[in-house]
Amino acid sequence: MAAAKTERLMNLLIMLLVQRGYVTRDRIREVLYRDSSDEAFMRMFERDKEELRSLGVPIETGNVDAFFEDEPGYRISPDRFALPPIELTGDEAAVVGLATKVWEHARLAEATTEAVRKLTAAGAEVDVAALDLVEPRLAAEEPSFDVFLTAVQEHTPVRFDYRAAGGTDVTTRRVQPWGVVRFSGRWYVVGYDVDRADRRVFRLSRVVGEARIDGEPGSYDVPPGTDVGAIARATLRPDRPREPAVLLVRAGSGHSLRRRAATVEPGVPGPDEGAWDRLRLADPPFDLAGEILAHGPDVYVEEPPALRQQVIDRLQGVLA
Amino acid sequence: MSSAASGAKEQVARLLTLVPYLHARGGVRLDEAARDLGVPARQLVKDLRVLFLCGLPGGYPDDLIDVDLDALVAPGGDRVIRVANADYLSRPLRLSTTEATALIVALRALRGGAVSEAAAEVVDRVLAKLERAVADGAAPVGLAVEVPAEPQEREQAARKALLQQALGSGRQVRIAYFVPSRDEESERVVDPRGLVTHAGNDYLDAYCHSAEAPRLFRLDRIREATVLDTPIATEPTGPRDLAEGLFAPGEDLTVATLRLAPEARWVTEYYPVLDVRSVDDGALEVDLQIADPRWLARLVLRLAPHATVLTPEGIATDVARAAREALGHYGARA
Repeated sequence: MAAAKTERLMNLLIMLLVQRGYVTRDRIREVLYRDSSDEAFMRMFERDKEELRSLGVPIETGNVDAFFEDEPGYRISPDRFALPPIELTGDEAAVVGLATKVWEHARLAEATTEAVRKLTAAGAEVDVAALDLVEPRLAAEEPSFDVFLTAVQEHTPVRFDYRAAGGTDVTTRRVQPWGVVRFSGRWYVVGYDVDRADRRVFRLSRVVGEARIDGEPGSYDVPPGTDVGAIARATLRPDRPREPAVLLVRAGSGHSLRRRAATVEPGVPGPDEGAWDRLRLADPPFDLAGEILAHGPDVYVEEPPALRQQVIDRLQGVLA
Repeated sequence: MSSAASGAKEQVARLLTLVPYLHARGGVRLDEAARDLGVPARQLVKDLRVLFLCGLPGGYPDDLIDVDLDALVAPGGDRVIRVANADYLSRPLRLSTTEATALIVALRALRGGAVSEAAAEVVDRVLAKLERAVADGAAPVGLAVEVPAEPQEREQAARKALLQQALGSGRQVRIAYFVPSRDEESERVVDPRGLVTHAGNDYLDAYCHSAEAPRLFRLDRIREATVLDTPIATEPTGPRDLAEGLFAPGEDLTVATLRLAPEARWVTEYYPVLDVRSVDDGALEVDLQIADPRWLARLVLRLAPHATVLTPEGIATDVARAAREALGHYGARA
């Protein structure tokens, strides 16, 4: 019966929470498991403790008497049990409320909602006025997302088939996942690749089929101080020196480059008779040469020389 | 685990949230509590009946938690939940690791969407309070969201907020939109229908009054957006489902085949491809669905010299002509 069991779990929790010291197993049995045989008591008590712990209730074990180790007891420290008081102002409570709408992933959406219920249990006044926020949505459609998230939390190795970047080759990888990271709208797993003996970043959308658990929980440690977000960022968008560029762009074209220009000097002489503008780019985009090439005869590189040469070489490559 | 056992665990979790909720508020109407806690009223009453049997280990009536069940179930009861004698459960249980992680990551994502400094500051205050509260035991584990750092991404977040506002108020938006396949920028007035995401890109789905048809606008190609005072002039409808891809049904589509050298393989990650075949030397042959041949010519130029068009015929000639003309500008020979 669920109700009878709930009652027993609640009473066990309350008993251990309100006591000043450790409560002996005999005392617990006398109050809550009086009608059970020795064996049944041991079994039920173990299971009940596990269920409370899985809810996050911190049941501590210790010795009732400091001098005799054969008298184990149990307690729940109120400080470790309860959420520390958090006072939220109206706008803060509104932000917390918005957080419940971010996840488009059942388990994490539910966990967020539960967290917010706990935080607002004390009753915060919600003030939704003038919050200048986009409501981002975090979806996790990749079928392997849950496997990796659980593996990260439990430190369980994972084995999966992985498709190389832009290719068709599929290899089996064995990885100790350190973290799951969202970067630029996509999910990645950061971890230690056992076969390559190095850390690697894998894109979840390239995992082919199901990722499988490949070992026991707690099989490895994440190196202390690991910042999975920083590893993903450094791997996926390495810092590169960006040299300012000067381009001539035909009037009425090159809009994607114009948007990034620090200055535009209109009506300058160009490589042909048409009307041209001079753009100075202080902070050029990632693939500037590609962006220039895409515009064909409508964009001309003045500086820097290396970029100019790269564009010429690549155009010659097309005609070779 | 049997269903009865898992039911008990969930019931305990609900009670550990319910008691602090009631404690902070005094009496709460049953329907109000059901709404706030996301638990059906009938289940709440069942939970409260169990709570009524719980209490201190003394076994005396005074030791039990007091629940006014008559108010909830008796005819003429005022349906207000009143619980007393449960002060030791007045604080909610700590956040579990998963709860703390899910909430903190959601807040960091919100932080990335903060348009003004003031909004970012509110999120930072919440994060600081929360990180303090979960400091020991339930610190977030291995789940991270990198917030946009580049000015362009921040700009896009602001644009998204503006469009969401227009969507909420049912008003028209004027946008300056850049069409890369034609290298054109145009002003249009649109009726927003929704914001959608496909393959990592954000789009505004809207009815375009210039095209007199529904259109998708990629957010990073909207240069300027202004919310107008005029309400939308078309029937409001939700955004389209992009599960089938970005092209509207009935759009005139061609299948093009490209040969990609290893340097250009990334194309298969960024554009929806119909088929990918490995050929010699690590090169790929890919089939793409295209609506505008000019788009394909620009793509091949962008990848120069690592991509060639196999079909349709004619595009390769256009690419070569553009390359020859551009080279001529540098006084360089082919």
